[in-house]
Amino acid sequence: MAPILSISNLSKQYASGFQALKSVNLDIEEGEILALLGPNGAGKTTLISIICGLVKASSGSASVGGFDVVRDYRQARSLIGLVPQEISLEPFQTVMDALRFTRGLFGKRNDPALLRRILEQLSLWDKRDAKTMELSGGMKRRVLIAKALCHEPRVLFLDEPTAGVDVELRKEMWEVVRQLKADGVTIILTTHYIDEAEAIADRVGVIRGGELLLVERKETLMQRMGKRQMRVELMQPLPAIPASLARYNLDYSAEDRSLVYSYEANGERTGIASLFADLSAAGILLRDVETKQSSLEDIFVGLVEDKS
Amino acid sequence: MNFHAVKSIYSFEMARFFRTLSQSLISPVLSTSLYFIVFGAAIGSRIEEIDGVSYGAFIVPGLIMLSVLTQSISNASFGIYFPKFLGSIYELHTAPVSFVEIVLGYVGAAATKSALIGLVILATAEFFVDFQILHMGAMLAFLLLTCISFSLFGFIIGVWSKNFEQLQMVPLLVITPLVFLGGSFYSISMLPPFWQTVTLFNPVVYLISGFRWAFFGTADINLGLSLGMIALFMFVCLGIIGWTFKTGYKIKT
Ligand SMILES: Nc1ncnc2c1ncn2[C@@H]1O[C@H](COP(=O)(O)OP(=O)(O)OP(=O)(O)O)[C@@H](O)[C@H]1O
Ligand SMILES: [Mg+2]
Repeated sequence: MAPILSISNLSKQYASGFQALKSVNLDIEEGEILALLGPNGAGKTTLISIICGLVKASSGSASVGGFDVVRDYRQARSLIGLVPQEISLEPFQTVMDALRFTRGLFGKRNDPALLRRILEQLSLWDKRDAKTMELSGGMKRRVLIAKALCHEPRVLFLDEPTAGVDVELRKEMWEVVRQLKADGVTIILTTHYIDEAEAIADRVGVIRGGELLLVERKETLMQRMGKRQMRVELMQPLPAIPASLARYNLDYSAEDRSLVYSYEANGERTGIASLFADLSAAGILLRDVETKQSSLEDIFVGLVEDKS
Repeated sequence: MNFHAVKSIYSFEMARFFRTLSQSLISPVLSTSLYFIVFGAAIGSRIEEIDGVSYGAFIVPGLIMLSVLTQSISNASFGIYFPKFLGSIYELHTAPVSFVEIVLGYVGAAATKSALIGLVILATAEFFVDFQILHMGAMLAFLLLTCISFSLFGFIIGVWSKNFEQLQMVPLLVITPLVFLGGSFYSISMLPPFWQTVTLFNPVVYLISGFRWAFFGTADINLGLSLGMIALFMFVCLGIIGWTFKTGYKIKT
């Protein structure tokens, strides 16, 4: 299947001379959720802005649904919804008017039933007649999402949708994103929160200094790059780690009487079997064993530090 | 062509106008009334008729133009500057619209507003002076053409302005003097020959002269020339807007 969004060799140099994007290539399949992770100033917003028509690329191209975002901008933009990073709404407009305005801009006739469904989904129906300036920050952000959805886009860009949003609302937004995915909408979101990417993304892209360092399925990324940890709980306290176990670099915690062993999940040999053999040779009795995957956060931090 | 978008922009701009209807109307109506009282009644009674028209009536077309020009410019420039200032303009850039729809929506709404204001002032004038409009159709045509071309001009100012000062500077520093020196309060033929020539470089002279002809059938300047000048001004503005959007100048980074 042809990708719904295709970016090739996209570069951007701002008038100031700053190179914000360096030849970015990326394909996104219909229906997937891609999270773009990256520190401040990495170029996430620039990338999105070029696709959505806010910024002109210096070179390279992008197409949505097979339509070039510059040459066939009408068809391309009809497929796109954008929730910008900055909250910018007409203060005197009511929520409903704001939605009707956007839908009109996208060349669609008013559809009260659809707008009602969108507002209800975002818990904004009660606020439909409120002026946007009377809303809280989190509500305003939801209005922006509602506006981006009201012309039924097939690709939705969310530029830091949960920045400055409380924990509960974040969870709600994730729920909305999952529902949209279920409706077949392709979603590209940027975020600083790794747990966010971990919670909702299918694929994760890491961008830094205008370069797309990698794009990978979330599971693959965690498997490939991730370390696993094994925690071994002991029957008796251990006064000191025996010399025979030194090569495993074990951490001992006296508090919960456990040894922690870190190993490469994708390594040829994990060393677990020999560790168990050496433990029993040392006469150490085990009570319980638990293994866990390291989080995207660990991977991300490792990756960004690696390159700098 | 995305007609829904034009309609959307137009009706939301008009909604803003009606939301602030009293403010939109009070100031132009009040200031023109003051002009009529001072120039028409107080001073005008001491001034002779010009081309067979009483002075109070003579200044009506000029006063309407004065308001219509400033209103067109301020409505259109504010209309597009405000979303730029708020940042909500991102919607226009990300929507499947070209500059044609954007201009039709914003300039159409601004021109409609100032035409309405012009008509309200005309009605106000009826209170103060007696006059008849000789060529009703031509009067309306001139009014509309003026509203459209100066709304286009205002739109350019709104797009190019970087801050509120710049937004207000052009109307204040350029338009007001041009209108005052454009024959609102006198006939060009009353000026010394040298100044008559200078005046011909003032585009507003052509507007007011043509507009006044529609009222009283007399004009300082050939009617065709007046129309030609307004048309020229309109096409220049359209050209500048087209170029601005094509190159992304002042619009896109
Ligand atoms: N209009 C502009 N002119 C010049 N430089 C710009 C402009 N807009 C952005 N930049 C620069 O380009 C770089 C990338 O900015 P961008 O907004 O894309 O980053 P980001 O990844 O979205 O960051 P954040 O997480 O803070 O939102 C930054 O260094 C920024 O200073
Ligand atoms: Mg950003």
